Amino acid sequence: MNALTQYLLRLADTDMVLAQRLCEWCGKAPALEEEVAMMNVGLDLLGQARNWYDYAAELLDDGRDADQLAFRRNEREYRNLLLAEYPRGDYAVTTAKQFFFDVWHHRVLTRLSGSSDERIAGLAAKGLKEASYHRRRSTEWMLRLGQGTEESHRRLADAVQNLWRFTYELTDTDAVEDELAEAGIGAGNVGDAWRAEVSRVLEQAGLDVPEPARHFYLDGKNGKHTEQLGFLLAEMQYLPRAYPDATW
Amino acid sequence: MYAQQVDTGSKSLKTLDEMGPEERHFQEKVNAETKIEPKNWMPDGYRKTLIRQISQHAHSEIVGMLPEGNWLTRAPSLKRKLQLMAKIQDEAGHGLYLYSAMETLGADRDEEIEKLHRGEVKFSSIFTYPTLSWADMGAIGWLVDGAAIVNQVPLQRCSYGPYARAMIRVCKEESFHQRQGYEVLLTMMREGTDEQKEMVQDAINRFWWPSLMMFGPSDDNSPNSAQSMAWKIKRHSNDELRQRFLDQTVPQLEFLGCTAPDPDLKWNEDTGHYDFGAIDWQEFFDVLKGHSPTGIERIQQRKSAIDEGRWVRDAAVAYAEKQKASAA
Repeated sequence: MNALTQYLLRLADTDMVLAQRLCEWCGKAPALEEEVAMMNVGLDLLGQARNWYDYAAELLDDGRDADQLAFRRNEREYRNLLLAEYPRGDYAVTTAKQFFFDVWHHRVLTRLSGSSDERIAGLAAKGLKEASYHRRRSTEWMLRLGQGTEESHRRLADAVQNLWRFTYELTDTDAVEDELAEAGIGAGNVGDAWRAEVSRVLEQAGLDVPEPARHFYLDGKNGKHTEQLGFLLAEMQYLPRAYPDATW
Repeated sequence: MYAQQVDTGSKSLKTLDEMGPEERHFQEKVNAETKIEPKNWMPDGYRKTLIRQISQHAHSEIVGMLPEGNWLTRAPSLKRKLQLMAKIQDEAGHGLYLYSAMETLGADRDEEIEKLHRGEVKFSSIFTYPTLSWADMGAIGWLVDGAAIVNQVPLQRCSYGPYARAMIRVCKEESFHQRQGYEVLLTMMREGTDEQKEMVQDAINRFWWPSLMMFGPSDDNSPNSAQSMAWKIKRHSNDELRQRFLDQTVPQLEFLGCTAPDPDLKWNEDTGHYDFGAIDWQEFFDVLKGHSPTGIERIQQRKSAIDEGRWVRDAAVAYAEKQKASAA
């Protein structure tokens, strides 16, 4: 599989897995307004996932379509960021998770909207409008929870601590990303901008900024995941796997 | 619509002569099809009836997300997942603006929701049934949203302005959901495997009668209808709407290539309507009393969402207050 296809699958899988985690919130959000907002963010991400899958499927040209890429690949083939698969937890975990992702996503799509690959540039520019709203929303919630009550502060601090170890995937790049960045196609490394913005918001929320996270064994971008992803996929892929000849 | 058996608190209808000047003026406005707005005088019974009906309607939109949420994480394709997410998002939105309409009558959203969680008020009987296969997502869209539309279209002309206007938007979105639901079933029947076709028929078998019950008890057992009709909250009787729904649904059922679990269902040349078998009202009243397949779980889930989210709402309030204090 060439670098571009891998890169597209990483983007698609990350959006897909995050959207799936947001779907788990259905009927369980802390307020009706948040039901609407989380479903809205999930819809945006799923729509973006579909666009990236479509493009990846064309490049792969092996007869698989977007649905087959989403619903028929197993956990070793999935290339999402580890952060995305982390269980939804309480609202602090979901808030911190979305926030870390949103800052990264916003930077990545900003750069991709200037990609030399016109298809990528077009999709990124469209996604960027959505990602800007997501980033604004999750930043606001970081401040609300960080500065809100003692309990919300404590929960958010715990969430940041638990999730932080996965953030090296947002700040470090691998050979695939470097190759595409050099070719003017990929977003390259957005680590510095990510760290600066996240630190600023954490400080504003009254939270400590941890030392930069370092790579440790797991590698979501290349299919080496936590134990959580298998269960997520088992649920999400149940129908297409159980009825392989069905049309939905 | 998702309101059944709304108590109007009135035993008999008053004539215009029996009314005081304010009430007579109100009733004359209603009779002349002038909308009643939040600041207008209205009889206490009218206000209470509307609060009961609109809150029950709003609760049903919110509880109604749960049977679909049951399949949201297992939707079988990107397209179906997007559609279902959008539908559920619409329902949360319907709940929000119905609660807003209700609040124009002086009721409080949080208080009404607490009443639901304490079991003091109802949500539509249909959402106490479990969703057991993906085909249920199609059956709910087609039959449940279909029945809701038949009930809600006349509510667009309800005498209470805010409720009528909310219904216009709700109906538009629900027609869309109904077509999508039907398309889910049609795809499975036309392009699907034998197993999928069985899933569709099974879903129809399970949702057929509960959908007919959505219109509420038959007219001779519906003590509150006359007052609601006089107030023009309600425009048609339960049986009339049920028949209308059935007449439009049976041809769609046939086009699908499926059958109804009702051996007495047949076209009647003389009346120009479909005849149908007896509804098991015992089941309906049992469900309303809480003797239902998943009613307890639905309320538990809603209650725990609100209970577990309390610290989040508290944080948002505390933060807003701090912002206000530092701006002052």
